[in-house]
Order: sequence, then structure tokens, then C-alpha cells
Amino acid sequence: MDFGPYLFLASLEGAVTAAVLALTAAGLSLVFGIMRVVNVAHGEFFMLGAVIAWWVASLAGGHPAVGFVLALVIAPLIVAAIAALADFLVLKRVQYDPERTIVATIGLLYIIQQTVLMTYGPEARPVEAPFNHRIYFPWFGYSTYKFFVIGAAIALLLGLWLVMTRTRLGIVLRATQLDRETALAFAIPVERVYALTFGLGAGLAALGAVLVVPIQQAHYLMGGDPLLLSFIVVIIGGLGSLAGTVVAAVLIGMSDGIISVFFSPTLAKIIATLAVALVLVFRPQGLFGKAAR
Amino acid sequence: MLELDGIQAAYGAAPVLHGVSFSVARGEILCLLGRNGAGKTSTMKAIMGLLPLTAGTIRLDGEEISRLPAHEVPKRGIGYIPQGRRLFSELTVAENLEVGLMVRGHGAETRARVLTMFPRLRERFRQRAGTLSGGEQQMLATARALCIEPSVLLLDEPTEGLQPSMIDLIRDVITGMKAENVAVALVEQRVDAVLAIADRVAFLENGRIRDVLDADVLRADHSLVERYVGV
Repeated sequence: MDFGPYLFLASLEGAVTAAVLALTAAGLSLVFGIMRVVNVAHGEFFMLGAVIAWWVASLAGGHPAVGFVLALVIAPLIVAAIAALADFLVLKRVQYDPERTIVATIGLLYIIQQTVLMTYGPEARPVEAPFNHRIYFPWFGYSTYKFFVIGAAIALLLGLWLVMTRTRLGIVLRATQLDRETALAFAIPVERVYALTFGLGAGLAALGAVLVVPIQQAHYLMGGDPLLLSFIVVIIGGLGSLAGTVVAAVLIGMSDGIISVFFSPTLAKIIATLAVALVLVFRPQGLFGKAAR
Repeated sequence: MLELDGIQAAYGAAPVLHGVSFSVARGEILCLLGRNGAGKTSTMKAIMGLLPLTAGTIRLDGEEISRLPAHEVPKRGIGYIPQGRRLFSELTVAENLEVGLMVRGHGAETRARVLTMFPRLRERFRQRAGTLSGGEQQMLATARALCIEPSVLLLDEPTEGLQPSMIDLIRDVITGMKAENVAVALVEQRVDAVLAIADRVAFLENGRIRDVLDADVLRADHSLVERYVGV
């Protein structure tokens, strides 16, 4: 295969990575932006989404599409409920103190990971894609499901953006982000908003995981990479900026895909981490972030 | 009627209020005067439930609102105009007003009524609150609180840094609220800005109420003000 088609294939792979990453990182960004909580357990919510998706799909039986659609609805809801419960039981009790929430979410990370290991086991299990046609380009065939992943991620992010900018819920979330105390003085139940935000953030990670699990398989250690990449994306994009998060996810996802195909996945991670270091040195507020006031 | 009875409060280990008591009746304007750090803003925050009490009670029409979680307090009809305006700066004028309207489920009718008081805000409707001028920001902070259709209005230094024409506008709004039978509690540094409109004045010193006097008495004998506030 010539260089051109090869690059085309690598870009497609990168776009799939970017799509899933944008969803996952948007969740992390939302939680940091509104709650000022650095959620180290974010990758485990991603993993939990994939594992629950496998569980739902294997119970559903019938046509793979049935199980997949059920998983796409149920898994994010269960993960969101678990996250909201964790917010209520743990984060609220440590009063969202920055240092203590980091330690608390590290604890959460291990609890979720080990619980999955003890119940689901160490195997990697696939979820069958709901459809698996192939589009034939002149040089190679490519799964239509991967195009679906890209389309679905764009649609979900667009939905999130509409909720944030066009609905009363969006006003409540942004008001809480801007000034917690004044939000309280205008009857916004900040505690409930926090539980909802933490659930929503985890649910977005779970959505990304359900989309990726027909390509990648569910495994109890799969949360590490999404966590690292989400942090990279959120820092480069600017903490709390949704638009920045999406742009950075496309940058990092595409370069990760392309470099992984031409060189090695390890080099891709090295370069992404280097990019974070450079951003932190030269533009600490991120590409789209606002400087601290 | 809003009644504070011996409230005490602290920021962490540092006490700020040592037993503040006063009441504001419907259709009355009570002004809180005092030096910097006397506890004026803390008293306002305590009423809103933003500063937890260590002793004392706050009642609104007999209901003990100091027992409520903070986000329930405004639903009882208390509109708060905080010091420094505290607008949601990235939200538009319309969205800031929406936050106020949502408190007690008011709609377009209330918004229209509030906007007739501040026509300038209608022109800036889709503009981000952070881009408004100081005077416009104060209008918006006031309008946001009025969107609650409050029965009690708390204003914390509403005229701070404003031009005389704006101060007149804010003063008109306050007397308008009094005419509509709203209880108004007003924190001010500038004595002359309030003496003309206040019914009673409470002097706050080191987290305690020194005295509550009728404004008429102060208007008659200005030296009393100087004794309490030292201006």
C-alpha cells in the first residue's frame, strides 16, 4: 500500500480514537469545571461502562443490535447512578476539598477495579458490533461500525452542547460553575447539582466505552489509557472549557492514531505527554482556557 | 416580618457575629450601618443561610428559616443583591434573569415587569453580563433579585462605585419596593445615601447591634450618626 492510503487509514483510526476520547474527556472536563474535582477514578467509570455493556449484551441474546442498543442506554445510566452515589457517600463528606478528593477518587479507582476483577474476572471479553458491514475503498475495506462511532460521538457532543447552552439545566450547571455561593442564594440546590454533574461526567465516559467495546473488548484494566489521555486533553484544551476539550481530543486522538499506525503506540503517548508539558510551560490555562482572574 | 434573634456566627474559628437582633416589617426600610468589618455583610449572608449560625434564630413570618438548607431560603421570597453584584458573568443578561425567575417559578410576565424598571437591560438582553458597565451590572443584580417577586429584599452596598444618576435609580427602586409592602434591609457605608429613605437605622459594631434608632431622630440630630459610625 502506498503512503497516501496508509495515511488515510491511520487518520480513520485516529478519528475513532478522537471521537471516543472527546466523549470521555468531556465528562472529566465537566466534573472539573463545575465541581473543581480532579476525578482520578474517571477511567474506571469508562471501564465500568464497557464491562456493564458486555454484561447487558450477553444477557440480552438475540440479534447483536438488540444487546448493543440496550447496553448503550443501560450502561451509562448504571454508571451515572454509581457515580452519583459515590459523590453522595464520599466526595460530599470530604467537602470537595481539592487534595482530599484526589485521594478519595484514587481509593474509588481501586475499589471499582478490584470489584470488577473479583466479579467479572481478568478476561477480556468482546461485545459484538450491532452491524458489521464493510465499506470497500480502492485500497482496503473499513468497518462501517467505526464510522457509526464517529457519528454517534459527534451527535452526543452536539446534544451535550445544546443542553449546556439552550436549556434551564444548562443555565443551572453554568451558574453553579461560575459562583457556587450566589447560585445557592438563588435557590440552586448545589449539592444535587454536584451529584448530577458527577453522574453526568461518569455517564459520558461510560457512553464512550460502550461505543468502543465492540472494537476493543472489555477488560478490568482498560481504564488507564482513557484516564491519561483525558487528562492530557483536558489540560491542553483548558480546564472547564468544553470547546477546548473537543478540539484537543481531535488533536490528540488524530496524532495518537496516526503515530500509532506509523510508529508505535508508546511513541504516541510520549508525544502527547510532551505536548502537555509544553502547554503547561507556555500556556498554563490551556489553549481555550481563560487565565485565572 | 423578618426577625433576627441573637444570631451568632463564625468563619471557621473566627467569630464574626456575637448576637445580632433586629426585625424588619413589611413596607419598612431598615438600614444597617457600621464600619468595615463590623459584620454587615456577614449578617446578610447569615440571613441567606450562606453562613451557618452557631446560636440564635432567624424567622420569616414566624417560620424559622435558619433551620432550612441555604437553597430553600430564597424560595421563601427573599431577594438578595450581594456586595460586588456577584453576577454570573459568563451568562447573558437574559440567563441571569432566568436564574432569578426559576427560584419561584415566575415567567415572562414578571420579567416584563422587571424590565420596565430597567429598560437598559432590554437593550443588552443577549449580551454577557461580564461585558456590562458597572451601573448596568447593578441594574442586573437588582433585576435578578426582583425576578423572585420578593417579600423581603436584602441589598448589600448597592450604590458602591455608582454615578449619582444610578444611585437615584436604585433609591427609586427601593422606595418603590417599600410602597409594594416589601421588607427592605439595606447595608450601606454612605450615611447620606440612606438617611433620606430609611425608616430605621441599626448600628452594627464588632458583630453586635449597638442601637436601633428611628431615621427621623438621626435626621434631626446628625451628630448621633457621627458618634456611632465616626465619619
